[in-house]
Amino acid sequence: MSSPTMSRRVFLKASGGVLAGTLAFASGSIALLAPSRSWAMPLDNLTSRQGEVLLAVTRQIFPHPDLEDAVYAHVVKSLDRKTRAADNLDQVSALGHLLDEGIAELDAAAGGDFLAIDDARRLEILTPMGGTPFFEAIRGDAVVSLYDNPLAFAHFGYQGAEGDGGYLTKGFNDLTWLPDPPQPQGGYLPFEEPTA
Amino acid sequence: MAMTDNQKTFAHDDDSVVVVIGSGAGGGTLANELAQQGVDVVVLEAGALHTTGDFLADEWASFAQLAWLDPRTTSGSFRLAKDFPNLPAWIVKSVGGTTVHWAGASLRLQPHEFAALSTYGEVEGANLLDWPLSYDDLAPYYDLAERRMGVTRTNDIKGLPGNNNFKVMYNGAKNLGYSCNTGHMAINSAPRDGRAACQQRGFCFQGCKTGAKWSTLYTELPAGIATGHLELRPESHVARIEHDGSGKVTAVVYFDAAGEEQRQKARLVAVAGNSLETPRLLLNSASTMFPEGLANGSGQVGRNYMRHMTGSVYATFDEPVHMYRGTTMAGIVSDEARHDPERGFVGGYEMETLSLGLPFMAAFLDPGAWGPRFTGALDQYENMAGMWLVGEDLPQESNRVTLNPEVTDRYGLPVANVHYDDHPNDISMREHGYRQGTELYRSVGARDIYEVPPYPSTHNLGTCRMSERPEDGVCNGYGQAHEIPNLFISDGSQFTTSAAENPTLTIVSLAIRQAEHIGRLMQQGVV
Ligand SMILES: Cc1cc2nc3c(=O)[nH]c(=O)nc-3n(C[C@H](O)[C@H](O)[C@H](O)COP(=O)(O)OP(=O)(O)OC[C@H]3O[C@@H](n4cnc5c(N)ncnc54)[C@H](O)[C@@H]3O)c2cc1C
Ligand code: SF4
Repeated sequence: MSSPTMSRRVFLKASGGVLAGTLAFASGSIALLAPSRSWAMPLDNLTSRQGEVLLAVTRQIFPHPDLEDAVYAHVVKSLDRKTRAADNLDQVSALGHLLDEGIAELDAAAGGDFLAIDDARRLEILTPMGGTPFFEAIRGDAVVSLYDNPLAFAHFGYQGAEGDGGYLTKGFNDLTWLPDPPQPQGGYLPFEEPTA
Repeated sequence: MAMTDNQKTFAHDDDSVVVVIGSGAGGGTLANELAQQGVDVVVLEAGALHTTGDFLADEWASFAQLAWLDPRTTSGSFRLAKDFPNLPAWIVKSVGGTTVHWAGASLRLQPHEFAALSTYGEVEGANLLDWPLSYDDLAPYYDLAERRMGVTRTNDIKGLPGNNNFKVMYNGAKNLGYSCNTGHMAINSAPRDGRAACQQRGFCFQGCKTGAKWSTLYTELPAGIATGHLELRPESHVARIEHDGSGKVTAVVYFDAAGEEQRQKARLVAVAGNSLETPRLLLNSASTMFPEGLANGSGQVGRNYMRHMTGSVYATFDEPVHMYRGTTMAGIVSDEARHDPERGFVGGYEMETLSLGLPFMAAFLDPGAWGPRFTGALDQYENMAGMWLVGEDLPQESNRVTLNPEVTDRYGLPVANVHYDDHPNDISMREHGYRQGTELYRSVGARDIYEVPPYPSTHNLGTCRMSERPEDGVCNGYGQAHEIPNLFISDGSQFTTSAAENPTLTIVSLAIRQAEHIGRLMQQGVV
């Protein structure tokens, strides 16, 4: 599991804004790392409702039933950042338009409010949209942003930058459910004298 | 202090220097070898100079730091053209070239692979050819390269310790009657050559912070600079090579770090920009005398592009594996590398453990995919083991690097378009590899199996191939261009056929042999 001190700092950085939430899985690795049971993700360009819809969409595209919304919120944050209009233009960016229109389409298909319908219905609406620019904009962002953050690392069991110092004394060969390969095939530790 | 701080420098109009383009496996080795002989060398490298201290334990951030991200385009039916249309290859733009990224697997080609046409016979749709040199010609240079690079299980260097991913492969291999060990790796299993022993970080693809893994960045290049005969110029992007009325090359035009155009005169030019940039540069150097590009009388420059038959098999288990801990390529099975047409294809393939961190696993597992099967794999990331299949792909004339006149880089130069169609032989071999990999993991209790398509190409070969006859290729058995005596090809572009093995040990061996040959030609006054 990821180092608690590191992730707690990252977690705190994400708090104090618009897209608020509560950690759902009390026993999950992320809940253990979190300093409190609620979190938030500040948004600069998207509205908080848009953020919530995009989060719900991402949960359908990359469904991990036990993964906290706090991790999915990284996708919303990333899209929010990319949606920033060019500094000299007083209007929304092309991505902003795409998301506005896509969300409107989802709401229309849901009979008014995409957030009001259940998961099965959400998936039914989204499936035929696969491959559309709206869908691809979210999928293409999420496949990076959802899995490239310390909270995701903690959840999925990847140690990330912790490996920087090396696993030589930290479990690189700690697998015990299979027999250890013999030497010389299995090689030698740096200080070990070859026997064969 | 940067290694370039006190280096010897040469004047732009000094026409006695050898100019080497690219500082990776081929260029970095060649430059050092020449410098050791006392030949003055200028190395022009498009990428920046990084030190091991700069390397990042973060897949995407490291990719942004080191990878070649200048535009390229793709065409053809290979899946990459759809999944990563602007990233046909995963190679490095940095001092040290792709030896900064590489995993270190250092295997010799098998003797019969130097004679692919004679061994396999004509294969429809393939442009097979025998190499103009034999295994025995190269063997002494393999010896030198293995010693230089500190390859494990050669020169009495002990094997690296196997990690968890290796344990899974080893046990599965044993069940299938394969032999498996921790491989021939250019990674220190104990301190050697002033470099540390591998600390099992698992970030081999992000640059080895401990320097345990051989890279020209901190071996060949500083060694060459120390002779006082080598000047390394980072952030120097070569745009074209010039020649005189007799058809000999005379200078190289490049853009320096400030974007200013510079001209370095040269007695001899060696091109080692990796198999996409090397032909691009020759094609971009077209002139009235060489209207189809330099050294391209045969029309073979850019053709016969090979990227190896590749694919990966990932398997999940009931118990944890933590495959990302330790060397990325931690175990090798070579039993399928033999030529045995009974299997339904010519040539063979290697099976090598591979691991990706969570971010890259998400990106490469099944590009474009979504939904529960995709997420189900990542849910089991902790319990996953994986291997990469790497085998011989066949040269085809139509698999080709060309200039794309529609897309230019920041200097206004047409970029490389990479066209590739899988040959039916490549497809049969990949299917065989998927089957064997699956069976290997099933035999140790795999739960789910994921057959993963090729990543952006890490091995790029053949676009300026060696040939006995000038009409069949671009250069001779020493990498000397058939048409231009003082122009050499010094990287993987020279490969006549791809063979099953990872190419770098062969690139380095060829560079050592080429340096010896160039030294001889210079003494004889031929170049
Ligand atoms: C992730 C990964 C893992 C790998 N693992 C292995 C392995 O285990 N075993 C193995 O054998 N091989 C491996 N390889 C492949 C290996 O790295 C390459 O085969 C090898 O580095 C190629 O050497 P090269 O000299 O042809 O080119 P490179 O090493 O790529 O060097 C080319 C250099 O030329 C520079 N250049 C290009 N164009 C210009 C220009 N116009 N002007 C100036 N400079 C230019 C580039 O910036 C680059 O630095 C791996 C590759 C990758 C990406
Ligand atoms: S695992 Fe070994 S070779 Fe790879 S980066 Fe770490 S120290 Fe270097």
